Amino acid sequence: MLSHLPILQVILPLLAAPSCLILGRPALAWGFSFATSAAAMLISMLLLQQVWLEGPISYFLGGWEAPWGIEYRIDLLNAFLLLIVSSLSTVVLAGTRQSVAAEVEANRQTLFYVSWLLCLAGLLGILATGDAFNVFVFLEVSSLSTYTLISLGRDRKALWASYQYLIVGTIGATFILIGIGLMYMMTGTLNMQDLAQRLPVVADTRTVFAAYAFVIVGVCLKLALFPLHLWLPNAYAYAPSAVTAFLAATATKVAVYLLIRFSFTVFGADFSAMDIPLHQLFIALGLIAVFSASLVAILQIDIKRAIAYSSVAQIGYMIIGLGLGTAAGLQATLLHLFNHALMKGALFMSLAAVALRMGSTRLDDLAGLSQRMPLTAMAFVLGGLSLIGVPLTVGFISKWYLVIATLEMGMWPVAALILVGSLLAVMYIWRVVEVMYFRDPPASTQVSEAPVSVLLPLWLLVIANIYFGIDTALPVSVTADAAQALLGWGK
Amino acid sequence: MLVATAIGIAVNRDLLSVVMLSSIYGLLSANFFVTMDAVDVAFTEAAVGAGISPLLMFTTMAIVGRYEKLPHRWSLSALVLVSITGALLLVATMDMPAFGAPDAPAQQHVAPRYIEQSGQEVGIPNIVTSVLATYRGFDTFGEVTVIFTAGVGVLSLLMIGDRATKPLSSHLLKASQHKILRIVSKVLIAPILLFALYVQFHGDYGPGGGFQAGVIFAAAIIVYTMLFGLDSARQVIDQGWVRVMAAVGVLLYGAVGVVSMVNGGNFLDYDVLAKDPIHGQHYGIIVIELGVGITVAAVMVLIYFSFAGRLVDRGHQDD
Repeated sequence: MLSHLPILQVILPLLAAPSCLILGRPALAWGFSFATSAAAMLISMLLLQQVWLEGPISYFLGGWEAPWGIEYRIDLLNAFLLLIVSSLSTVVLAGTRQSVAAEVEANRQTLFYVSWLLCLAGLLGILATGDAFNVFVFLEVSSLSTYTLISLGRDRKALWASYQYLIVGTIGATFILIGIGLMYMMTGTLNMQDLAQRLPVVADTRTVFAAYAFVIVGVCLKLALFPLHLWLPNAYAYAPSAVTAFLAATATKVAVYLLIRFSFTVFGADFSAMDIPLHQLFIALGLIAVFSASLVAILQIDIKRAIAYSSVAQIGYMIIGLGLGTAAGLQATLLHLFNHALMKGALFMSLAAVALRMGSTRLDDLAGLSQRMPLTAMAFVLGGLSLIGVPLTVGFISKWYLVIATLEMGMWPVAALILVGSLLAVMYIWRVVEVMYFRDPPASTQVSEAPVSVLLPLWLLVIANIYFGIDTALPVSVTADAAQALLGWGK
Repeated sequence: MLVATAIGIAVNRDLLSVVMLSSIYGLLSANFFVTMDAVDVAFTEAAVGAGISPLLMFTTMAIVGRYEKLPHRWSLSALVLVSITGALLLVATMDMPAFGAPDAPAQQHVAPRYIEQSGQEVGIPNIVTSVLATYRGFDTFGEVTVIFTAGVGVLSLLMIGDRATKPLSSHLLKASQHKILRIVSKVLIAPILLFALYVQFHGDYGPGGGFQAGVIFAAAIIVYTMLFGLDSARQVIDQGWVRVMAAVGVLLYGAVGVVSMVNGGNFLDYDVLAKDPIHGQHYGIIVIELGVGITVAAVMVLIYFSFAGRLVDRGHQDD
């Protein structure tokens, strides 16, 4: 059975979803989803171990060898991301039963979990596959289920946010499809490795150039790269709290993965740098994203929305690392993928706990929270510190590697700007801390600490934030090798 | 003609004619695909683009009304963006190999094996079905999941919840008074269902397969529902049962894959389903096509029921 691990990873949640629909009862559906997600997490651990020890794994679906059939190809990069996505899904699911019960209408809860499983299957499918068209198919699965999940938010504006995302997401997916179609036309293959071998021959044609442009713009739409980010704050702010935690920790990571996969593996690092100064463009856009989104985040009155804007800023950091185009820069991006998943998971989970008890995440409603929900408030602060990049947290590790990578290239202004960007993060986190710790709670209402089932997974994430900030051996060595492999592969 | 229709859709403000035009657009593109020798695609486009999606849009219109409320604003930035995209597409065509050129890369790399060897490896005459159902069977599994996901999405949105409801008129119910339509459709529905089954099981030999059959099957049920009312349709087909069927289709497809894994092959490797690989391929394709058909039909019916249910149930509330 071990040889089937790559496919089991994806079809487990995929088949669990329709079964979950038949099961019906929300409580049952939650338990079932949690078990499925946990199983996927176990599989991804085994896969990472296997890839780490024995190198990339290929799995031919239907027994047809690539490029005729579809190939699943697991290397260090996607094994690492598979682990991020499946473990974050599991942890968030563990802590969200009450939050979902409070925020989603009773008769929609089963459908909520069905969509969650479909979304998980879609994201894992995008990561695991080695076939360009298969990426598109699973992109559709994950996108459609994401729109559903967002639309289930309590606020009626969730429908509008979901609709906005649907339009933008569909344009993005269509662009990716056009790009893949053009690539097929020029090479006659859809397999990524095969594409990587055959594209250089036709690299000078305008068709391949257009294919590249369509794929990159399409992925950047899904990625919410500045200035294509306008869908994200609304979607994150109005989605059910659990969904926000899940999406923020996983969905954008998968989009970043696609960007890395297409620009480094499929087109090759040389092609990306060819005609247009794409690297400089990425660095510039990343910096603008960091500053504009952080500034907007400072002005928000709803904390969930502020942290959503901060996600746009954090994506900026990842893109800067990517734009450097060196192994160190790429490693910084990959590290930040992992670390950002941990900190955003912790932050949005603590906000979910707040929303569960207070019914709101507006700044004014959080006054004196530290007295009423001390553990939740503490978790938010630690997650925030990690976001800022204080030493002994994961945030520090990613900032450190990113700054080192920019200095290696001699780009000290960029390094300085990154540090200034962190100061902006201090500002929007501090606003919350001030209200939570130094203001008296309104006397009228009684609010108690979040239930243990929420606190446990939340603190698991917080501890992970600190643990991986001190003991960095695992993520650093995995990302270093993955980055080397990516740059080596393209040539 | 395609361009003219598209401009018509963009300019027109009467939603009814927009839907009619988009239906025509679907039919035109179906013709376009036929001239490009893509009969299977054309079949799907005719069934989906010209058939079922206008039906669903009509139903939506019955809920939201016929005319756009907001006045048109011509957005300059949108025009610029669309022009850039169009220009990029045109640029892309400049270095493309000529249509149908035998030396084009698409004809030379992967395709020859599909054309030359699928006869021996899979054993069915329709190469499109071979590619779709076995060589790239996992993509098709993904597509079925996409359809299932769409069904789940629509269901969760349109479930009767506590979202604000507005009184509205029910255009849909009016159709039930048309005698001629009722009688003609009574004659037609049975052959349509039969035709759907033919398309379903003949996909190995000619154009067709689970996707098209599912849509045609659903269309027959939807026509029945439109003319005889949702209540009588619900008597025949229970909505909860349709929900289960949508899931069963996906599970059936997945089960084929799991069985082939248990039999020692890879996921969706039909060779191991029977002693003779060719037989195995046949069994596999028939079962997965059935899974596709069931899910597609169930989801289409489910979407229509949800739309129409919102109309009818609200109508009851008004009474």
